Amino acid sequence: MGIHATEVTADAGRGRTADSEDAPLLQVKNLQVEFRTRDGVAKAVNGVNYSVRAGETLAILGESGSGKSVSSQAVMGILDSPPGFVTGGEIVFKGEDLLKLSSEKRRKIRGTQMAMIFQDALSSLNPVHTVGTQLGEMFRVHRGTSKSEAKKKAVELMERVGIPAAKERVNQYPHQFSGGMRQRIMIAMALALEPDLIIADEPTTALDVTVQAQVMELLADLQAEYNMGLILITHDLGVVADVADKIAVMYAGRIVETAPVHELYKRPAHPYTRGLLDSIPRLDQKGQELYAIKGLPPNLLRIPSGCAFNPRCPMAQEICRTEIPPLHAVTEADGAPIQGRGSACHFWKETIHG
Amino acid sequence: MAEAQEAAEVAAIEAVMEQKVERGEPILQVRNLEKHFPLTQGILIKKQIGAVKAVDGVSFDLHQGETLGIVGESGCGKSTLAKVLMNLETATAGEVLYKGEDISKVSGRALKAIRRNIQMVFQDPYTSLNPRMTVGDIIGEPFEIHPEVAPKGDRRREVQDLLDVVGLNPEYINRYPHQFSGGQRQRIGIARGLALKPEIIICDEPVSALDVSVQAQVINLLEKLQDEFNLSYMFIAHDLSIVRHISDRVGVMYLGKMVEIGSDEEIYEHPTHPYTQALLSAVPVPDPEGREGRERIILGGDIPSPANPPSGCRFRTRCFKAQEKCAVEEPLLAIPQVFRGQDTPAAHESACHFAEDVDIVGATNGEA
Repeated sequence: MGIHATEVTADAGRGRTADSEDAPLLQVKNLQVEFRTRDGVAKAVNGVNYSVRAGETLAILGESGSGKSVSSQAVMGILDSPPGFVTGGEIVFKGEDLLKLSSEKRRKIRGTQMAMIFQDALSSLNPVHTVGTQLGEMFRVHRGTSKSEAKKKAVELMERVGIPAAKERVNQYPHQFSGGMRQRIMIAMALALEPDLIIADEPTTALDVTVQAQVMELLADLQAEYNMGLILITHDLGVVADVADKIAVMYAGRIVETAPVHELYKRPAHPYTRGLLDSIPRLDQKGQELYAIKGLPPNLLRIPSGCAFNPRCPMAQEICRTEIPPLHAVTEADGAPIQGRGSACHFWKETIHG
Repeated sequence: MAEAQEAAEVAAIEAVMEQKVERGEPILQVRNLEKHFPLTQGILIKKQIGAVKAVDGVSFDLHQGETLGIVGESGCGKSTLAKVLMNLETATAGEVLYKGEDISKVSGRALKAIRRNIQMVFQDPYTSLNPRMTVGDIIGEPFEIHPEVAPKGDRRREVQDLLDVVGLNPEYINRYPHQFSGGQRQRIGIARGLALKPEIIICDEPVSALDVSVQAQVINLLEKLQDEFNLSYMFIAHDLSIVRHISDRVGVMYLGKMVEIGSDEEIYEHPTHPYTQALLSAVPVPDPEGREGRERIILGGDIPSPANPPSGCRFRTRCFKAQEKCAVEEPLLAIPQVFRGQDTPAAHESACHFAEDVDIVGATNGEA
């Protein structure tokens, strides 16, 4: 399979044509990542599966330490190694397993076919180069364009992401831009070579709400225009509701629930998701005491046995302490299947159907 | 001579501190408070070429036993306001009346005395606790500064009581901050704020560094403590949902000014200032169904520089309602003309020439 498949997808990759039919753009299968630290092995990602199609937005939701960022760093191939190691699984991008490629080949894929937007634009941009140089670098390095041509392209990109007076501002340094404008530059940089997949890691967390709305809208517009796959990593249930098609909720390195976006908010099938939804205050009503999930997120060096959520779960039984729940397919009360839903809870039926 | 004067000052302040304020009466009154940071040029001969007007004429009351929420984007001056109230920054102009006594200009021992009653909880529980001190020392440090609150022999027990009050195991007294999670650290910060049994606690973004599931725990704790110790909170945050949950009244700040202030219902269900409306509409709502009926106002551009604010209404450069008048005449924070004398929730203070009652969050019709 190896050689043949590689050649086919290498051709398709440039044209962005045949591959968008039915096969997902990216498929992550049973991914495992661990960090070997002085204190022991921290299992950050323990068998994660998901897929993204062209034009689709997958949101990965989780708290700090849930493995949401680490899993996407593994996909991009920018995991700090050591201490981080991918110990198992497959990352199939356009039909080929990225984990089997040489680092040189992966470097060529990064930027041209998949790109990443980071949370903190100020520290992700180089302070001693102008934004024009940094944007143009994409074209110079990957496409071999001349300096003046690269700068022209940088101006075009800046206009595309809505930066006013791009011609003048292309020669400015990152600190001369506001937070929202910097994040637009990050987006421009990710878009530069029109990749098929964009991974956005908390793209709006550092921004104010009014600016957050602008940036999310821009991202959604561009995604629709270029028909890109988008993985949105966030801890904010509100942001997810706005843009995602489907959601994967992560806890202690596993996906505990997957669902189309409307379904998840209407009737969560995992006690953790339900707890999260109940614990956020609402803008449109004033409630009494907030529901709070008791306890703390687990230490990844000592993940609880059985279901990792069991010490904090109001529904936990004996089985939860001994057996790791698989991702059950979630069905209606009468057994009719629900498209795209899964819950890693022994008691998903009780959770969703009361 | 100077000493005698200082002693008299302290005595006066202490007399004020003793006064009881009835629930609902103002305990802190802020009048035209200003904090300008000078911008200078030159190395040897410094010349002031302007000022960053971080807080520029803010007035409001904090009532005994209530929570006043302050919201606004970064750079609107809400944290500077907190620092000025704590006297960590000296006010450029204006007054901060604590039980009727101006505390914005006191210093030395009188200031130290007042700080017993006004405490602060900071945003980042990772940097606001000294990593080399044990939790017992951190929470007990206020007693070192104000030994009259707890005699030496009692301190350890007091600290353990405080740990218990904020929901931490009293046996953790000898542990160091790094041994705790973010939420637990914030509880330690709260315990330190409570140590001197203050009347007012100023919370500057107390939960924004915490995970969602832990945020709710800390918010519930703050509410419980308020009831237990009859505290008045000033709660500064950028998360509008959390502010609504915890606050009795809410003030909205923009570029150093208060643009709208009222009860939580008035602000959230009947906002009349376009900035408040835009802020509310921009909040991502964790409910894809409810979102569809909402109208979104997306503001263009960023906050202008506070060193050089726009003329007239400061919001006009981003406002969707701006007209000629807004550039010339600065709107004052008052009940708008159109609602004056009416008995509607829209009749609250709002600094806009074209105030209009708009339901943004859909609270009045979308009960389900």
